Amino acid sequence: MLKDDVHIIRKQIAGLLHEVSDPEIPVVSIVDLGMVIDIRPENSHWHIDLAPTYSGCPAIDVIPMLVKTHLAEAGFSDIRIEMEITPPWSTDWISDRGNQKLLAYGIAPPNGRAADQAYEGTPRNCPQCGSEDTELISQYGATPCKASYRCLSCLEPFEYFKCF
Amino acid sequence: MEAKTKYLLHLADNPLILGQRLAEWCGHGPVLEQDIALTNSSLDLIGQARLLFQYIASLPGQDTNEDKLAMTRYEHQYLNLLLVEQPNQNFGHTIARQFLYDAFNIIQYEALSEHADEQLKGIAAKTLKEIRYHYRYSSEWVVRLGDGTEKSHHITQEAFNELWRYTGELFNMASYENELQESGYALDVTLLEPEWQNRVSSVATRAGLKLPKDEVMMLGGKEGKHTEHMGYILTELQYMQRTYPEMNW
Ligand SMILES: [Zn+2]
Repeated sequence: MLKDDVHIIRKQIAGLLHEVSDPEIPVVSIVDLGMVIDIRPENSHWHIDLAPTYSGCPAIDVIPMLVKTHLAEAGFSDIRIEMEITPPWSTDWISDRGNQKLLAYGIAPPNGRAADQAYEGTPRNCPQCGSEDTELISQYGATPCKASYRCLSCLEPFEYFKCF
Repeated sequence: MEAKTKYLLHLADNPLILGQRLAEWCGHGPVLEQDIALTNSSLDLIGQARLLFQYIASLPGQDTNEDKLAMTRYEHQYLNLLLVEQPNQNFGHTIARQFLYDAFNIIQYEALSEHADEQLKGIAAKTLKEIRYHYRYSSEWVVRLGDGTEKSHHITQEAFNELWRYTGELFNMASYENELQESGYALDVTLLEPEWQNRVSSVATRAGLKLPKDEVMMLGGKEGKHTEHMGYILTELQYMQRTYPEMNW
């Protein structure tokens, strides 16, 4: 493969990966979630390293399958995927665009850097009305990555993506 | 079986069996939020066990896979702690069991995340982040229940009294751990006890709970000698694989 070709194909694959998301957070692509670590050619195939988010995430087996299917539809039939756990995935890897999309979807994005704090932090404001007056309902939400909060201004419950 | 494989199985069986126990809470939690919290923790634990089983299966000379390891061994081949197989009774008891285990696991996994085996080190670093969450959850609930109503205090104190006899095993070296001391592959768990005692007693003090003293300690789980409860767990855990061998989703 020529060097230019590699560059173009890699961009093409990266573009396609922007169209795949964790089924539990459908608004954010796996790229914006920070799960795509590396895309590289190896002999006759392409190799993708993905970082699993939580060990217990039920999507852990589904995402590689979704990636393979989506890339196969675009003509990439020989794709090898490896789950890379070192270094462990962190919410610090979620892109700014990913965080904005979470907020627009009604999930308060992680507030603060996981690398700087041992615990999950607290939401900056309510994704519905923007109020800073919120309280914790439960450290766990519908998925392990989220906590349940309630807004004390508009009284709506919402989920907070914990720093991890 | 090699000592290293046994040690890794011991590390994997703890979260597998505790994860199975927590999964039994699904649909039975005291309130919806806690039902979800316990089952989410269960998912984390089973995910952690999977990472270790996958690693064991990838070692040279292993003709197995993660499913076979988790679902087709016999009772005496499971090397988990007795503590994690103890049956669910009530929410306070489950929280106490979780707390005693999490407090130990934080210390154990902090050490394992510095391991010379790069694979084990990576798994440990990933797992440690989750254990910290679990510890925060279980330790806060110990305080809330211990320092709560008369009833919640009583139930939690009873749980500590009953579970304490299984904590000696956390710091008792299994044969394979002794064997692996020379190479440094296994931690010397006896060294972890003082920090565990500190953690547990500081939370117990905040919770107004008394830690039992001079209890006769039960041992054996790490060597495959289990309490009567283990067979019942395996019956449920292994049902599908035993009924339809090698079935797949
Ligand atoms: Zn609001």
